[in-house]
Amino acid sequence: MKDTQHLYSVAATFDTPDEITHAANEVAKAGYTRFDVHTPYPVHGMDHAMKLRQSRIGFFAFAFGAMGTLTAISFISWIALSDYPLVIGGKPFWSWPAFVPVSFELTVLLASVLSTLAMIVIYFKFPNVSHPLHDTPYMKAVSADKFGINIESVDPKFDEAKVSELFKKLGARNIALVYYDAASITNRPRLFEPKFISILVAVALVVSGTTYFTLNKVLYWEPFSWMMDQAKLKAQKPSELFKDGIGMRPPVEGTIARGFLPYPFKGQPDSAGKYLLNPLLPTKEVIERGRARYLTFCSPCHGNFGRGDSRLAGQFPNPPTLHSDKVRSWPDGNIYHVITEGQNVMPSYARQIARDDRWAIIEYLRVLQRAQNAQEADLR
Amino acid sequence: MSSTPLNFDNLKKSLPGKTTVTGWTLLAIGIVVSAAAYLVDAERSAFSNVILFMFLASLAIGGLFLVALEYISGAVWSVLMRRVNEFMAGLVLILPLVALPLFFNLGHLFHWARPEAVAGDSLLQAKEPYLNLNFFVVRFIVTMVVWWLFYWLFTRNSKKQDTTKDQKITRTNVKLAAVFMPLFAVSITFLAIDWMMSIEAHWYSTILGVYYFSGTVLAAVAAATYIAIKFMENGLLPTLKRDHLYSLGTLMFVFVNFWAYIAFSQFMLTWYANLPEETFWFMKRWKEGWQFVSVALIIVHFAVPYFVLLAQDAKMDPKRLKFIAIWILFAHLFDLYWLVMPSFKETVTLGWVEIGFPLIAVGAVIVLLSYKVRKNNLVPVGDPKLERALNFRL
Repeated sequence: MKDTQHLYSVAATFDTPDEITHAANEVAKAGYTRFDVHTPYPVHGMDHAMKLRQSRIGFFAFAFGAMGTLTAISFISWIALSDYPLVIGGKPFWSWPAFVPVSFELTVLLASVLSTLAMIVIYFKFPNVSHPLHDTPYMKAVSADKFGINIESVDPKFDEAKVSELFKKLGARNIALVYYDAASITNRPRLFEPKFISILVAVALVVSGTTYFTLNKVLYWEPFSWMMDQAKLKAQKPSELFKDGIGMRPPVEGTIARGFLPYPFKGQPDSAGKYLLNPLLPTKEVIERGRARYLTFCSPCHGNFGRGDSRLAGQFPNPPTLHSDKVRSWPDGNIYHVITEGQNVMPSYARQIARDDRWAIIEYLRVLQRAQNAQEADLR
Repeated sequence: MSSTPLNFDNLKKSLPGKTTVTGWTLLAIGIVVSAAAYLVDAERSAFSNVILFMFLASLAIGGLFLVALEYISGAVWSVLMRRVNEFMAGLVLILPLVALPLFFNLGHLFHWARPEAVAGDSLLQAKEPYLNLNFFVVRFIVTMVVWWLFYWLFTRNSKKQDTTKDQKITRTNVKLAAVFMPLFAVSITFLAIDWMMSIEAHWYSTILGVYYFSGTVLAAVAAATYIAIKFMENGLLPTLKRDHLYSLGTLMFVFVNFWAYIAFSQFMLTWYANLPEETFWFMKRWKEGWQFVSVALIIVHFAVPYFVLLAQDAKMDPKRLKFIAIWILFAHLFDLYWLVMPSFKETVTLGWVEIGFPLIAVGAVIVLLSYKVRKNNLVPVGDPKLERALNFRL
């Protein structure tokens, strides 16, 4: 016919699923192996008629589905138990009924999407996107309402006349030879063809442009903006309801937070030293905690070892060393008082450092002092 | 395609052997045992009677639903065995009879039917506009009348088509089905609420109607599958191809999953919201031995049918289909038992009192079939889709 073109196959179309099943069966019986059937919808019993092996797609789908289940369960478990444990409705962290819908969805999603992608890669040999049957009248017919079968020319038993004869005998409505241009079939990826790239860019521009326009403009039009006009206070905006413009109302004068008594020794460091006792024991955890808090809040001025060697390079007056006899002989309560109320240039740290942390810092400070003034007895 | 005139003269017109006798026997035993049960413990029997009523209602209204579904969706494959569904739908005629003893025991069944209980219960008083005896009876009568009406219309038209071969009748029935569907949805929801939810009048679940619907259709498909295969094996129906069987198997599989989906949704929402007026219903089913029944329900109603029906071969194998159909019918009964019985007693209750009622169900279905089979064509010979149904392939 045409010199540049090669014969791909002989294709025949039939009218009913019964005929195509019969035809596939006969073709397989005649010993052909390189043939395929195309139908507008899945015809049950076709793989049996074509004498194909049991399809393994089920196992693939199962594996992908199991992947989905495991991904969902392990991911949720990690979040719920380790990454961000939240008490929801007083339920245990690991509450399996809540995981079921997500696990189910992810199972279905991965099973279907990955199976489809896998088939595209395996059977369509992606990234190759061309096939000799594309754009043939045969393909148009079988994707509408006909049932087609075609025997490829690479089949060892292929003989143009014999195949046509066989199809005719089987009662085919239409028999056609399918040719293809060898140049058009390549396994080269066509992803970088200018046409494809430019369409891709155009689509990206349209999608992102529309998204930008929708999210940044359309949402602020009436009536879409109505959602934003809500009778509630917004962060960083003055309240119109209260005279002083503050939305979050301060607690009533004299309110005491749950579990926190006000500091009773304001301006009385000696009483504090006398009556306040450190509630914490110098255990390893307490000292570690104290060390961490000390390094965060105290060390910038007092130095990492409490020697008063500020890291702030003279921006503030350096505090005296914490290893003086005075500080070493102070009871814990005195130091607590200084952290809580401040002293001289040092401001109060009551807001920054929680109560127990202050006591923990003192335990750590005692460790520092002992380390700086080690006695011979300590070495034995 | 072959255009030989369709001929169904060789089909038998009676149930095989002693089936009819067995049916009558089961029915008689069931009635005697149940009557005795009523004499011994009327309250407990009333609860069992509710289970029986809901079970037969499932088959009846489920059959009617399948008939309507075939018309409204233009299904072809099921035309061949539509008469099975129509016969099953015939059970609507005896439903009031089954419910009759219940109306003498409403006080046993429902708190809200006892004036002294309502007097001291503000919740029941709030629900009184709906939960009162007069309205309850009216709803029951209206539901029954609607079902009878549509049963009568569908079957009358279908029978008329056998002789007249008038294709327009199919069209009429399609329109009827379109009217029936919403009525069906409302009536089956009311039925579930009235007879099962209002037993625990404080409890409510907005999904219970759908839950009962899922079980209903599953039971109806299972019954239709079993009966159709039995008919085919005994020469009452022409041979059903693998494609027909596959459709039935798939439908069962679908509704097994649908039931599990709905059942889990009901449980999960209750569990999540954790409202005392909803959770107590599940708590009742999770103690005093009921927790084993609850777990068994998941296995019997979901896990077993799911894995049996999962393989493609299982959906085409008459033997396995028959087995799982009977299994599913039992599972539906078990499901209803789980829904109703914990409200009667906090410990698991199962004894001779509960045995008589299921026997009535089996007996009634067999007797009804043996009667219907003698009086009717077993294949809708006048249906325009019949030839396509015979040659149906997936």
